[in-house]
Amino acid sequence: MDMKSFKLTGYRRENNKVGIRNHVIILPIDDISNAAAEGVARLIKGTMALPHPYGRLQFGADLQLTFDTLIGTGKNPNVAAVVVIGIEPIWTKQIADAIAETGKPVAGFSIERHGDLKTIEMASWKAKEFVHYATELPRVPFNWSELVLSVKCGESDTTSGLGANPTVGRALDFILAEGATAIFGETTEVTGGEDVVASRAINAEVREKFMKTFNDYQDFVNAQDADLLGSQPTQGNIRGGLSTIEEKAMGNIQKMGRNKVVSVLAPAEAPAGPGLHFMDSSSAAAEMVTLCGAAGSVLHFFPTGQGNVIGNPIVPVIKITANSITASTMKEHIDVDVTDLLRLDINLDQAGMRLVESAVHTINGRFTCAEALRHDEFVLTKLYRSA
Amino acid sequence: MKHSVLMHEKEDDVAVAVVDVQAGTEIGVATLEGEFVGSVPALEDIPLGHKIALRDIGKGENVIKYGRPIGHAVAPIKKGAHVHVHNLKSNRW
Repeated sequence: MDMKSFKLTGYRRENNKVGIRNHVIILPIDDISNAAAEGVARLIKGTMALPHPYGRLQFGADLQLTFDTLIGTGKNPNVAAVVVIGIEPIWTKQIADAIAETGKPVAGFSIERHGDLKTIEMASWKAKEFVHYATELPRVPFNWSELVLSVKCGESDTTSGLGANPTVGRALDFILAEGATAIFGETTEVTGGEDVVASRAINAEVREKFMKTFNDYQDFVNAQDADLLGSQPTQGNIRGGLSTIEEKAMGNIQKMGRNKVVSVLAPAEAPAGPGLHFMDSSSAAAEMVTLCGAAGSVLHFFPTGQGNVIGNPIVPVIKITANSITASTMKEHIDVDVTDLLRLDINLDQAGMRLVESAVHTINGRFTCAEALRHDEFVLTKLYRSA
Repeated sequence: MKHSVLMHEKEDDVAVAVVDVQAGTEIGVATLEGEFVGSVPALEDIPLGHKIALRDIGKGENVIKYGRPIGHAVAPIKKGAHVHVHNLKSNRW
């Protein structure tokens, strides 16, 4: 099917970025503000709290990544408006002001000298106002070139490398040819295929930056002097037949399709232009998808072998599998079944287009399995111990 | 004969079971492109997603999948045997 014949609709934000969901979020900036944020979300229909366990006594690069992730999540075009809640006013205002640069409605509330109950009351008035604002926004047509999406696999097995990941790669070929932007990553999980990723770099500068990012993390892993078997590859990977990191990596990088790597991003960094971007990131599913959302991804493709059930509160996650056991025993989690690819009943173009068609339905508002099942994993990446 | 295992590249030493394979059966091998390339006797049960050796592999030899080494054999592997963490180790960590 011709890509241009698909009709895409979404929400055009004040800064001209396009989202495919219209969330009003209540964003706690620290662990002890979760209760107030959840209090507001319980009171006001159409809002969602994003609780998380961090934000206190972090410092340096670790604090910056937490801030970048919270700010990026607020700025994500799938979010219509944001209520920020923190324990004290300084960092609360810092996060709220940074999100407000998008032009979207943002308000910050701090708990000290008010208490939870007064804070919940004040924040709920504002949340109610934001819900009225958001629910009046219409869906409008947009083009593939305005889409920012991300890809990351989980609980992979050998069927991932044979079917589900190449399906994602082919769908990316179709979508990126229309001028869209995509993010992939998983720094340890290209080990054994790093030369392939490097060979796809668009120029020497990107290639060198990728190899430095890769080697820095290898040095960190080696410095731990640990056996990674069971962690990377995971016990689920091994149960599914993957034996080594090289084998897993070669499966992983099938998600790139035939695309060049146009830049290397820091964790949570927004891509500056179209094409496929590598983000320095963990392979832990919820951490990676949270970072992609903070970088501006509004849609995620998640191929799985053994059946990772992850979702994200603001980014719809589409699950793809080529494993017939997973497709039948975990049916409620699988949006796109490409088991017929391994029976050789369809070809990769057909599988890729099946995923594109699922993406179009999701873009236009249909819930993914993870959305329907309330998989709202919001997980910050912690770089080191807090002070 | 319908394929029961798939290989990524023609030079690969191993293929992946796309159904549960039973010991003692002759198994059809095809490439991902859909070309039937022959058969191999399964010496052991090979669960869906697990690998079968397409040739005898000596201890210490690299094991080729995707047309490149994915690790090395830590024990001799017979054609038709199950290839996994008990006889295949990473060259990286």
